[in-house]
Amino acid sequence: MNIPYTVEERPDTGLTNGKLGIWLFLASEVMLFGALFSTYIILRTGAPEWPHGELNILLGAINTVILITSSVTMVMAWASLKLKDWAKHRLYLIATFVLAGVFLVNKYFEYKDHFDKGEGPWHSTFTAIYFTLTGLHGLHILGGMIVMLYLIGPGARLWKKNPDQFANRIEATGLYWHFVDLVWIFLFPVLYLL
Amino acid sequence: MHSDSAEVKKSIRTYMMIGLALLAFTGITVAANQFHFGVPVAVAVALIIATMKGSMVASVFMHLSHEKKWVYGALILTVLGFLILMTVPSFTNADSIGQPVPAIGGAPAGGHSGH
Repeated sequence: MNIPYTVEERPDTGLTNGKLGIWLFLASEVMLFGALFSTYIILRTGAPEWPHGELNILLGAINTVILITSSVTMVMAWASLKLKDWAKHRLYLIATFVLAGVFLVNKYFEYKDHFDKGEGPWHSTFTAIYFTLTGLHGLHILGGMIVMLYLIGPGARLWKKNPDQFANRIEATGLYWHFVDLVWIFLFPVLYLL
Repeated sequence: MHSDSAEVKKSIRTYMMIGLALLAFTGITVAANQFHFGVPVAVAVALIIATMKGSMVASVFMHLSHEKKWVYGALILTVLGFLILMTVPSFTNADSIGQPVPAIGGAPAGGHSGH
């Protein structure tokens, strides 16, 4: 049985089912990260003192630049599909995947430095919330990379069979990816600068 | 979502401009951190810039500036839920359970008056 409204828009919502689905998923993600941000505020306002300057601001800023650039390449991957430019689409999607990988490599070095100094999540309230927030965000990056890898590899065959459905999949992936970027835009100042 | 080729071509320039603006705002955020403002000012500056950046990502990259009403409806509900989550810390701070109740005159109830 075929899933309805994958390409054509539903008459009642004006959206494809996939698009409404990804927005509802992102709404649940806002609540997930919102709960953790709320926890951060409770921990920080309740703490007698809060460490400052514990994190590598340069590495955090580089990762912010990487994620913003990956958001641009992601939206360009979608725009290239809409312009029927398959080669450019591939280039931009692969660039997004590589940038995501570089982000995680940077994060690995950051984590390694903390663990080498014995500053794991157990070390303090600050490191506990730092590892929880950035770890969950890192898992989201990894999830996005898995989806992108599928769309670069076996999932790319859909472009020949049903280009509109493939473009919708890229759009949904893009919406998710921009959300992950958006979360980091708030995580960077909250954890690294304040 | 505009999928017309001419519209998409026009949007590409916007995507690039927004990307550059986001990078510039990141630089401003890091630079502002060097000034060592007081905590309330530093928090306000950092969160205002982050909110501006987040709005640009949501409105342009996620095309929220021209979406269907069902998406807006879902997001309005989410914003309400998010605001409730953000007020939870203030409820926690206002919670006086376990704190000594001040007696009339300011001394804690049950405490020794010293006389």
